[in-house]
Amino acid sequence: MAFASIHVPHFMVQAVVRAEPPLCSQAVALVDGTPPIWNVVAANQAALQAGIEWGMAKSQAAQFRAVEIRNRSRVQEKSAHAALLDLGASVSPHMEDTAPDAIVLDISGLTSLFGSDENISWQLMQRAGRLGLFVQVAVSSNLEVALHAARGFSGITLIPPGEEAKCLGKLSVRALLPSLEILETLERWGVRDCAALAALPLLQLSERLGQEGVRLHELARGARIRALVLAQPGVRFEEEMALDFAVAELEPLSFLLGRLLDQLCARLEARALAACAIRTRFDLEDSFEKKFRILSENSPPQLASKTYEKVLALPIPTRNSKMLLKLLRLQLQANPPHAAILKIILSAEPASPRASQGGLFLPSCPDTEKLELTIGRLANLLGNTNVGSPELIDTHRPGDFRMARFAPVSDESKIPQKNETAAAHSPGGTLRTAFRVFRPEIEAKVELQQNYPTRIYFRGMRGNIVAASGPWRTSGDWWREDAWQQDEWEVEIRFDSVSGQSQKISSPRMQDGIYRIYYDSLRAAWFARGRYD
Amino acid sequence: MAVNLATLRSKVELALAGRVAAPFSYRDRPVIETVSTGIAEIDSLAGGLPRGALTEIFGPACSGRTTLLLSALAARTARAEACALIDGCDAFDPHSAEAAGVELKQLLWVRCRNMEQTLRATDLLLQSGGFGFIALDLGDMRADVLRHVPLESWFRFRRAVEDTPTILMVLEPESNAKTCASLVLRMEAEPTRWSTTLESHASDFFRYPPSWLFEGLGIRAELLRSRMQSSAPNNFKKPFASVGHSEVFKTNVLRSYLSIAKIAPLK
Repeated sequence: MAFASIHVPHFMVQAVVRAEPPLCSQAVALVDGTPPIWNVVAANQAALQAGIEWGMAKSQAAQFRAVEIRNRSRVQEKSAHAALLDLGASVSPHMEDTAPDAIVLDISGLTSLFGSDENISWQLMQRAGRLGLFVQVAVSSNLEVALHAARGFSGITLIPPGEEAKCLGKLSVRALLPSLEILETLERWGVRDCAALAALPLLQLSERLGQEGVRLHELARGARIRALVLAQPGVRFEEEMALDFAVAELEPLSFLLGRLLDQLCARLEARALAACAIRTRFDLEDSFEKKFRILSENSPPQLASKTYEKVLALPIPTRNSKMLLKLLRLQLQANPPHAAILKIILSAEPASPRASQGGLFLPSCPDTEKLELTIGRLANLLGNTNVGSPELIDTHRPGDFRMARFAPVSDESKIPQKNETAAAHSPGGTLRTAFRVFRPEIEAKVELQQNYPTRIYFRGMRGNIVAASGPWRTSGDWWREDAWQQDEWEVEIRFDSVSGQSQKISSPRMQDGIYRIYYDSLRAAWFARGRYD
Repeated sequence: MAVNLATLRSKVELALAGRVAAPFSYRDRPVIETVSTGIAEIDSLAGGLPRGALTEIFGPACSGRTTLLLSALAARTARAEACALIDGCDAFDPHSAEAAGVELKQLLWVRCRNMEQTLRATDLLLQSGGFGFIALDLGDMRADVLRHVPLESWFRFRRAVEDTPTILMVLEPESNAKTCASLVLRMEAEPTRWSTTLESHASDFFRYPPSWLFEGLGIRAELLRSRMQSSAPNNFKKPFASVGHSEVFKTNVLRSYLSIAKIAPLK
């Protein structure tokens, strides 16, 4: 049985620094409290060496020019703790969520996977670095010993079985987390490390300090044993960032989104998962101009929403943070929030990554991630409804279709087999005539003789109808408000070549051909639907 | 003189050693792979559509350009290739395409409203890569608008598909790509085919005067330019104004006349 404890020193500071990587090499102090009273609640080693003390007022701390002052962020602490749990889960399924800044793993049986205990410890440190955390690791056969050793000693500490008391000897009693009163008592007695505490007689210690003293004595000797309390961390991948100042521009927002996506993707990678959707939520600033959104003169004024929410659905699960950032940018350009942003919350829906193997003889297909970016850019340029695969709707209404997501298959066996030359041919063997549609349909004026169309005028052109086939009536949806009833004709038109006519097209003669026109009985008007080409 | 030339040649080869493998050898022109258009007459006329090159199809309205386009799309989608159609005037009819055999799930339809959107969308798709067939449908664009498209755009499109397996086809009312196109076909309408085959039935079933029935188009395709060479080097053809060959083919319109009842004369 072996346990590895991971401790994040100066946890509150590291949580803030994780969101601002440039601060990792600087002295940082965190302040918290009720304005206007702000006090220092945490500081890293560099800030402590510079002279910062806990409880110092913000104004005092600000006098230390080399020290960066930041507000404590509980949101960032939550994210950092979630990252710590993901780190543990990436190595061992048996994990205890001991404290916000500490976890304990059961690493027995992992030798064949990761190697020796030292290798496991190095792996943990490296993976923590990728998640933006600097950790201390201790390995021991006793859970409590590993926990306190990780808290007290920097770097990697390996404690062989039977040497727990010896290794803990130099550890400060503060690392055992005694109560303030007991700590003061021990300091008055001159007991500063675990070796001194372990040397005290147990009976007399219990008389003076009670059960708490007995507990501390056992911890100092490395004799206290307890079982691992297994944690079941939820698979919730969410990163938040509260901003000091509202952000209204896309460029600085992209910078912040990029950082959050890097953290999110690193956590997904630690769990061997990918994102199949990214939910974006912004808490927005109150803006006086946009406070009310008036829909119409008759409707009452409505308060503009204080949040902005969008979901970016992905065709295949991915954890490429750069690609996700580009897609988010395109989405924000197409649908910008209506006010400046105060808080960013990004969450990923986890899914198993796609595993696919290409074939040597399969036709080339666009790379899925590149295609998704291209479609995003096209949608930004043309609108979401103008990019996609056409899908016919099962209805008799002429020309009805919808736009679906473009998802080509690269496996020919999934496509109904037709040979290339026969593909465009009707069952009789001749080539099918193609039709081009006018969108929107063009209103026309038609002259009739003996109920047959003989002259037509549309698009600024007049022409004779030299042959006509019809009428062919189609109608439907009579029970709905958008019922339709149309009498269709296929007509061959010879347009007039009239000089001085407004030339909206290059030449009327170029437009001669076979058109499909129809009379809409409900609207009592003629329209040109399209032409054969 | 011969000694001087030999010395000069060896000096040049020495200077370029390591950078250019054989500076005085002709580079073999790569053999262009062609694929079927789905129309046997066009395949025998032009040899098929070239991969990695620009093909230009132009002609007036109702000259069969869209029929050729849908036939080529049907042939490519039947092979599970991803295809894209940049529709400059939003004139594509999915029903007609499906009837022509196009597998719509394999087709990315990009619906544009103006020339600027069309050119930008074409650039994006060509840069993305991976498509087996990209069609740029400018058939309903005004000719004066198309003439203002700079030649560098056509050159850029051609360069984007060179050395790739992508077929780029452009449909226009007039030829604008000039020498950027490796294959140029001019389409013309032949007399339309009408019939009155229902004449004898009309009196029996509908008791109205006989009417015309549109049967299909007649289309003439003329090969104006072809830069493809076959695998044998001595079959290489230099491009010139018009190859002068043409083919005629017919199309068919399928309508289920039995299911659509003919109505009373309009009042």
